[in-house]
Amino acid sequence: MTNIPSDLKYAKSHEWVRVNGHTGVVGITDHAQHELTDVVFVELPAVGRQVKAGEACAVVESVKTASDIYSPVSGQIVEVNKAAVDNPALVNTEPYGGGWFYKIQLSNLAELNNLLSPESYKAQIGQ
Amino acid sequence: MLKRTPLFEAHQKLGGKLIEFGGWEMPVQYTSIMDEHQAVRTAAGLFDISHMGEVVVSGPQAETFLNQTLTNDVRELAAGRGQYTLMCNERGGVIDDLYIFRLMRTEFLLIINASRINQDVEWMTQRVASGPYASDVKVTNASDRFGAVAVQGPRVKEFINGCIVGYSAGPTEVDQASDLQKNELGLFNFNRMVIYVARTGYTGEDGFEVFAPLQIVAIWNKLLEVGRPFGLNPCGLGARDTLRTEMCYPLYGQELDEHATPIEAGLGFFVALDKGDFVGRTVLAEQKEKGVSKKCVAFKMTDKSAPPRPHYGIWSTGADAKHIGGVVSGTQSPSLGIGIGMGYVPPQFAKPGTAIDIEIRGKRAPAVVVQKPIYRKPTRG
Repeated sequence: MTNIPSDLKYAKSHEWVRVNGHTGVVGITDHAQHELTDVVFVELPAVGRQVKAGEACAVVESVKTASDIYSPVSGQIVEVNKAAVDNPALVNTEPYGGGWFYKIQLSNLAELNNLLSPESYKAQIGQ
Repeated sequence: MLKRTPLFEAHQKLGGKLIEFGGWEMPVQYTSIMDEHQAVRTAAGLFDISHMGEVVVSGPQAETFLNQTLTNDVRELAAGRGQYTLMCNERGGVIDDLYIFRLMRTEFLLIINASRINQDVEWMTQRVASGPYASDVKVTNASDRFGAVAVQGPRVKEFINGCIVGYSAGPTEVDQASDLQKNELGLFNFNRMVIYVARTGYTGEDGFEVFAPLQIVAIWNKLLEVGRPFGLNPCGLGARDTLRTEMCYPLYGQELDEHATPIEAGLGFFVALDKGDFVGRTVLAEQKEKGVSKKCVAFKMTDKSAPPRPHYGIWSTGADAKHIGGVVSGTQSPSLGIGIGMGYVPPQFAKPGTAIDIEIRGKRAPAVVVQKPIYRKPTRG
């Protein structure tokens, strides 16, 4: 049974964002890490980069394939998770904790309404 | 509509994640590629290879026909023995790579790639019809009749006799399956049906491949039952690919196609230029003598980087760096924990130790050409 925390917003493309004021923390869902399996490499955006919602801005690689990660929200990247770069397995073991990808300064709070609630995301992945 | 093997329901029950491969719906993994890979390197793994093709070539002229159609020398094969070989076109390009076993003096079993069954059968049938062999050679495509599994890993010999019970009466005569030597094939009984068992594989580990017209589901289940206590895991095509890439075994469609020759692919060992004429010989002999314009090399990433993937560019290094070739296979090596791969480059870059760069999403990451195989079993002691 996949873990879908109730305090997060979700993108159809399997990213999550945890919002605190104007800052968001972004990662990929438990379902996504399970589908990818064995994450062996994580490539994160440069700090300071401006990204748009839906823009490919990170790459996660499993043994078999490389997958783009799309930012669920627009804004400026303010911090990236070096621990996940050094130890990509964190994305598998702690997808909502130590395996986060980046922190972003949100440029448009209204965008959050376009994201899925935990219930809607759960329905989307057929759980 | 994708084809399914007789083991399709077994894969579903085991939670296998199914993908398309060569027109077949096959499991890519059950738990994780890493775990399945390690199971094969340290204990045992079980693979469904029912998608592979089986062709029987028989008749008084079968040996002559095959020796003029394949690159290796089938005359070397005693009954019950197998060899790796290639089928080339007139330009030396590879139509398929395959394993051939001699079942008896005038009968051979060919194990061919799933994606090449139609091409191989058509090529051989046409050559029989247009050649001097006509009524003396029969080519029978038995692919739909056979299911097949591979059971691979250092502990397989400890439990194989618990599934394949009893002796082989031929062509290799042994008291029990574990007495087969590498590349030997015997006929055994399973539930009173005759099955073929060969000591062969595609992983670099000890192991067996079982070909059975019926009973493959029962064989699969029995192997899982007797092998589980020894660490046997069902394994998907994902682990099959990482295991063979570490060993630098070619995969048709990646290292091999009709535009690459066995010499260019580094498979000259399996081309018997001295055996007399065969299809592609003129080109292959010339390449052997005068050299080739591209060579398939193995490489390792030298720094922490994303894993290399098929179609990534290969670059020379230094001030005048240029694009010199392309990756054909690439992955993270579960055994070594780094990116590894194979690719075609001009021969001046093919020497082990040569520094190259792999272009990964627009950036170049350092790598080094290494000897094949990329992975060698640690020596004990």
